[in-house]
Amino acid sequence: MSTPQAMPLAEALAVIHQHRADAVVITTMGAAREWQTLEPHPKDLVYMPSSMGQGPPLGLGIAIAQPDQRVIVVNGDGCTLMNLGCLVTLAAQAPKNFTLVVVDNGVYEVTGGQATIGHPTKRADSQPLNFADLARAAGFTEVYEFDDVESFRFEHETLHEPGPVCIVLKTTHQTEDVSARSPSPPAERIQVLRTSLKS
Amino acid sequence: MFAPEEFVSTLTELGITHVVWIPDTTLGQWDEALRTAPEIELVQVCREGEAWALAAGLYLGGAKPIVVIQCTGLFESGDSLRNIVHDYRLPIYGLIGYRSFLNAASLPGDTCLKFTEPVLDAWALDTVFLKDESMKPQFAEHYRKCTEQQIPGICLMAEGAA
Repeated sequence: MSTPQAMPLAEALAVIHQHRADAVVITTMGAAREWQTLEPHPKDLVYMPSSMGQGPPLGLGIAIAQPDQRVIVVNGDGCTLMNLGCLVTLAAQAPKNFTLVVVDNGVYEVTGGQATIGHPTKRADSQPLNFADLARAAGFTEVYEFDDVESFRFEHETLHEPGPVCIVLKTTHQTEDVSARSPSPPAERIQVLRTSLKS
Repeated sequence: MFAPEEFVSTLTELGITHVVWIPDTTLGQWDEALRTAPEIELVQVCREGEAWALAAGLYLGGAKPIVVIQCTGLFESGDSLRNIVHDYRLPIYGLIGYRSFLNAASLPGDTCLKFTEPVLDAWALDTVFLKDESMKPQFAEHYRKCTEQQIPGICLMAEGAA
């Protein structure tokens, strides 16, 4: 059996960072950890500590309140599994300014790489859970999947298409220096974001 | 407790822009009035944990949301509530329907009566408890107080049947 193709998370995030324009970017878990290595932006929310699964509704609220503000939520596959209902909520609200990026590596990376319940080894059919199909079934019409960074880079405009957009990125997972971390007290950081949304 | 139009009128006077909710038997009686309220947007979610986070996003974006859920949803959504109002210290306000408090006939032995108030105490939230109709004005008073002080708050509203 061949190994499925996947891209390094850091490289995938670099594409989002480069092409975010003025978007709010909310990152969770492994993506939040790696996002902190990139140049910060006032419209970043490193959502850590988090309530797993609640990044997308947090971003949805901003998108509803500010329809001209693009919001990109970079969510792990484990986080997405924690709150699959959010796909239905997002599709029902259908904000044109919202992009959900699902970083799919099949494991809970920050806790040491345990397989999620969507991993092929945990599933009766031995096939990986297909998050793109889940998004489509929930009602997303703009759904993209990338398993190599060059393709994602080439199609980076998908980040800003009229939404709601769902982009599934197949990523490899790290095995060293993986723990979740927060750059500073969360209550201070979220006020920076709030202030930036007022201006 | 609140008639539908009365509830919408109260929210409108308070300047609330979005109701983030999941209805139950009692709260659901406000559905049509909320959906047709000209100055309020009704945002329904799939599970109550989403409601606190979504309301937080609305607040960050400049809106004035309120979360409206049943106490069972409060139980489910504890981690999201903790994260939003304690980790991030966002002053989100919620109205919680207290199932079976007025009448437990449809759910004899409903443990909502045992756990709702202790759970609210555990979350250390400024709470007002509307036990009967005469206490209704305390909702708006408490909301205004929490808004002025920029703190999260809860209005616990007695309900009857599930």
